[in-house]
Amino acid sequence: MTIYFKNVFINETSTITGPYEKNGPLSQYFDKSYNDLYFNQETWEQAEEKIINESIDMLKEKSKIKDIDILLGGDLLNQIVASNYAASKIKSPFIGIYSACSTSTLGLILASTLVDNNIVKNAVTFTSSHNNGAEKQYRYPVEYGGPKPKTTTFTSTGAACALLSKLKKGIKLESGTIGRVVDSKTTNIFHMGAVMAKAAASTINRHLKDTNRTIDYYDLVLTGDLGIYGKEILKDYLKLKYDIILKNYNDTGTMLYDLKKQPVYAGASGPVCAPLVTYGYIFDEMKKCKLNKVLLVATGALMNPTMTNQKLTIPAIAHAVSLEVIK
Amino acid sequence: MKDNYQKIIDTYTPKEDILNNSIIAFITGGLMGIIGEALIEFYTFIMHIPSKEATVCMLITLIFLGCILTCLGFFDKWVNFCKCGLIIPITGFAHATQSAALEYRKEGLVTGIGTNMLKLSGAVIIYGIIGSFIFSLIRMLVGLV
Repeated sequence: MTIYFKNVFINETSTITGPYEKNGPLSQYFDKSYNDLYFNQETWEQAEEKIINESIDMLKEKSKIKDIDILLGGDLLNQIVASNYAASKIKSPFIGIYSACSTSTLGLILASTLVDNNIVKNAVTFTSSHNNGAEKQYRYPVEYGGPKPKTTTFTSTGAACALLSKLKKGIKLESGTIGRVVDSKTTNIFHMGAVMAKAAASTINRHLKDTNRTIDYYDLVLTGDLGIYGKEILKDYLKLKYDIILKNYNDTGTMLYDLKKQPVYAGASGPVCAPLVTYGYIFDEMKKCKLNKVLLVATGALMNPTMTNQKLTIPAIAHAVSLEVIK
Repeated sequence: MKDNYQKIIDTYTPKEDILNNSIIAFITGGLMGIIGEALIEFYTFIMHIPSKEATVCMLITLIFLGCILTCLGFFDKWVNFCKCGLIIPITGFAHATQSAALEYRKEGLVTGIGTNMLKLSGAVIIYGIIGSFIFSLIRMLVGLV
């Protein structure tokens, strides 16, 4: 399902990251980075909550808006708890969303729908993830050093917010495609790229069909967090199944970190990975007019440890948004 | 399409360096053995503890070291490098238990540490006991005891 938006713009964004992102190649594009993963809080969960609030405050300050008409957001923790606690400190209506690592684009699509139909004047969407919080919940204790396969991805730490309204400023959000849940038929929790590539391929194909465009329409196609191996899987699968050849293509999971120097295995993952790279680096390139049209396809593995322990395959989803420079 | 997708996944899934990992684990595991043996010698000849108890003292020392190094925050990197060289010896068990205890400390002494401490290592205890029971049974039936 593709929705077109007549008049929706991402006016302002804010990004806060942890130390690993700060040491990566895109550090200059983030608004703020911490050197410590606790962010002066007691626990990982509270740390994640804190940076959500801090990034929303930063967004308000940057854009000089007083009231947020509606807030949409989510994270990776159970019951999207960091988002819920963060939203409890903000006096705005709140829609909590969960779509694993594709939460960011789902948030953008939902917010745009509300703004474009005049239901609200402005909307703020946020996403966050915390490496240690996610490790604790989905994998092993943080201090446990058991070896992991090369295909493992590294959950990024940070919070990213975007303010959307009809004000013609920033980046235009032209359309969005809501993806379908695709069963990857794989059970390997250490190879999320393989789990999600199929969903990304399905959404890209559907977006192009719905809009009657070819892949060359976009200056850049960006996927969420497939990692170095998932990226190759997507390219091959798209070519084989849908006859789409990706040329100007990159994956935010491979851009956030220095893959050679940092201990991140196959690259970055987590809901905040795609917006950190997009709001920071990609928007900067777009504002310089180096890129005009970008298709952002955030991918999410809808993984649950209970279900994978029951030997079930992992479903995945991808939502796409088409971003354009204002002419 | 399932098989095709699986084929693509297999093409782009890198092989783990089994030989390299085995060599590292062999060397580091061997070093662990030397350390253990040296500790037994130390307890037997310098502390004058009977050799049977000296083995227990060696195990306790290694568990203590595994726990304390985990708490200091760098042991996970060692384990990650040495892999089975540090995981298979008692240090791996200590590391797994201690890291879980650290992780859940903030959720309370009973609901946090008490419930979750054996999250990773509980399986080792359960199947260790079952395994030793079965093998003892076999030994008894064969009449070795």
